[in-house]
Amino acid sequence: MDTFLGFDAVMLARMQFGFTVAFHFIFPAFSIGLASFLAVLNGLYLWRKNEAYLRLFKYWLKIFAITFAMGVVSGITMSYQFGTNWSVFSDIAGPVIGPLMAYEVLTAFFLEAGFLGIMIFGRDKVGPGLHMFACLMVAVGTAISATWILSVNSWMQTPQGFAIAENGQFVPEDWWAIIFNPSFPYRLAHTLTAAYLTTAFIVGGVGAWHLIRGHGENPGVRTMFSMAMWMATIVAPMQIFLGDMHGLNTLEHQPAKVMAMEGHFDSHPEGAPLYLFGIPDQEAQELKYAIGIPKLSSLILKHHLDAPLAGLDTIPREDQPPVAIVFWSFRIMVGLGFAMMGVGLWSLWARFRGRLYEAGWLHRAALVMGPSGLVAVIAGWITTEVGRQPYVVYGALRTAEAHSPLGASAVGTSLIAFVVIYFVVFGAGVAYILKLMHHAPALGERGVRVEPGPIRTSGITPDRQMRESGHDIAPETS
Amino acid sequence: MFYSIDLTVAWAFLLAFSVFVYVVLDGFDLGIGILYPFFRKKEDRDIMMNSVAPVWDGNETWLVLGGGGLFAAFPLAYAVIMPAVYPAIIAMLLALIFRGVAFEYRWRATSRLSKRAWDAAFIGGSVTAALAQGIILGAFLQGIEVEGRAYAGGWWDWLTPFSVLCGLAVVVGYAFLGACWLNMKLEGEIQHRVRIMARAFFVATLAGIIAVSVATPFLGAGYAARWFGWPQIALTAPVPLLIGGIALLLARSLFAHGRDIWPFLLALALFALCFLGLGVSIWPLAIPQEITIWEAAAPAKSQLFMFVGAIVLVPIILAYTGYAYWVFRGKLDPEKGYH
Repeated sequence: MDTFLGFDAVMLARMQFGFTVAFHFIFPAFSIGLASFLAVLNGLYLWRKNEAYLRLFKYWLKIFAITFAMGVVSGITMSYQFGTNWSVFSDIAGPVIGPLMAYEVLTAFFLEAGFLGIMIFGRDKVGPGLHMFACLMVAVGTAISATWILSVNSWMQTPQGFAIAENGQFVPEDWWAIIFNPSFPYRLAHTLTAAYLTTAFIVGGVGAWHLIRGHGENPGVRTMFSMAMWMATIVAPMQIFLGDMHGLNTLEHQPAKVMAMEGHFDSHPEGAPLYLFGIPDQEAQELKYAIGIPKLSSLILKHHLDAPLAGLDTIPREDQPPVAIVFWSFRIMVGLGFAMMGVGLWSLWARFRGRLYEAGWLHRAALVMGPSGLVAVIAGWITTEVGRQPYVVYGALRTAEAHSPLGASAVGTSLIAFVVIYFVVFGAGVAYILKLMHHAPALGERGVRVEPGPIRTSGITPDRQMRESGHDIAPETS
Repeated sequence: MFYSIDLTVAWAFLLAFSVFVYVVLDGFDLGIGILYPFFRKKEDRDIMMNSVAPVWDGNETWLVLGGGGLFAAFPLAYAVIMPAVYPAIIAMLLALIFRGVAFEYRWRATSRLSKRAWDAAFIGGSVTAALAQGIILGAFLQGIEVEGRAYAGGWWDWLTPFSVLCGLAVVVGYAFLGACWLNMKLEGEIQHRVRIMARAFFVATLAGIIAVSVATPFLGAGYAARWFGWPQIALTAPVPLLIGGIALLLARSLFAHGRDIWPFLLALALFALCFLGLGVSIWPLAIPQEITIWEAAAPAKSQLFMFVGAIVLVPIILAYTGYAYWVFRGKLDPEKGYH
């Protein structure tokens, strides 16, 4: 068989898609929330006329600009990956999912891109009202984009509303049924909430970093930390609730995925345990070294201690997803979700004691949890995507039958190119973002770039700003 | 049945329109990257990049519409073309990544070395993306081997002297568009230099157009018959004649002095006519010599569902995109810039 470094073309194509989409999704997971945060900050500035909000807006706008650019360029790749690596899938499923993706471009991508320039560079050119409108359009655009692409993904998980034509193509029958397929509302709510939570923890982490470094008097730092912790307090429990509903929906429509998530190789006719730990061994079809709480899984999934739950022993081996990956990625996601809720409750307690800006251990925890949303989001996607295997369109098209007629060496070479270039290019972007985050929002916070006078031509860097302000950062006095 | 044919034609035109808008819009901003090596001073490079900073993102979105629209309206064509030009597509995507991030990173880089590195990424990305796009066009024109519903050719079939010729023609064509754009947006000494560049790339672009036009009929009998057969020659003959007329007007606006907007507008007209010429060559095929647009079409229900949205949304998109251009209209002030 044609292989490259021991992998066949299908496996390489899967690795390539998984790698490029996971890398890509990091950016929208952050920018969806950040776009809304910026719109809120700009709105608060216009409403309260408080310069501190404008300063925060400019501070996060610079980070947003870099994140957005990385999201755009890594996203263009995705719109071509379907054809380059999954041409059979494109041919067969194109009539159903293609139009939804075209709607994403028409209703979201143009909206974001069209108003982004005005949002970043246009405040003085169009006036505050239209500028606010541009900020809103960008924020709305990111949410619309998520809506369409999640409808597509959900349809691949829970397909309906289509027929199979003579030439093998899936033909749409009922667009309403396709778009509002059974898992879509749950996945949309869970993913959008995840994006807001991800942003909240990044913003909170940056705020915590500056609080730890002794800038507790800087109003920008205080505001961002406080806003982020409110989000964590309110949204993290909501997210756990939404995740639970999403899980119940998955149990109904994709039971094998839930069996893998739970590590249930065996059926449990009299109540299934919730395994906290174990080493899934798919060859032996058993969960080794399992530690579990009896009957809890039945209670969570069926709301009854003795409810029977079927296991993977009811699923033919060739229809089972890879259990170990799903089992562990699910635990990482859920574990981080509860840790987020913990930080949220902790901050609430600190807030009521009036020590939100002085609680050193809370700040350290918030800093450590800064990237937790990104990790949880990727883990969640791995759970749902790997859990759909061995199908690309669940129950209707197998992954192994969907790939392009390409040699393993072609896919392997491009995979290596993607990996190397993504790490170099996006690594640099992340470094620039961290550098921007390292300086606290300053009194004369600058815009994204071009400013009057000679500063424009020499570029704007955090280092320079620090040097110009005379010391490490400029704490606010007002 | 008759309405499904209409829809397929409508989609072919709509896709051709979005590819054309992509070519001219991203064409001029890729062109700026291609012109970068001729401008060594940092201040010059800053202002060149600033002239497109607020709009490049929207320009590139038309490429996503082109790819996404092809996927949706002609999934079979999408499924055949992408594997056929696989390395060129991957090269284009990676190149677009380099140049896209350069727009942001260039301003964040602190050391001389990293600044130079992102300049190089901007140049290399722009040149490679333009070259790859031209090569993809060439590979498409020269025909793609199909068996059943899949690409059946080899992994290097796309690389021929003809496709490389198309690649080079697109590179100089984009550089020409970029120079005309800068001629419109800049003033003073740099504008003078940009104008000289525009003249040189104008000549090179014309050479490219002629070379590709002369080579195309030799690719296969279909092309010659389409252009020179009777009676359609009565309809095809005006295309090269109009190209000649626009070229004369362009020469006058570039060598004599007129309003700075004219070379750019005439360059757009030149590209539109070349695009029309390509349309004459290809119509009504989705994959030259193999598959017609009707054979590649998605079911009517898919095309109709999208068409309803596109008819409403594309004019709205054009309106707010036009507004965004309007907001940033006029000459760039090097002292102020956008902020």
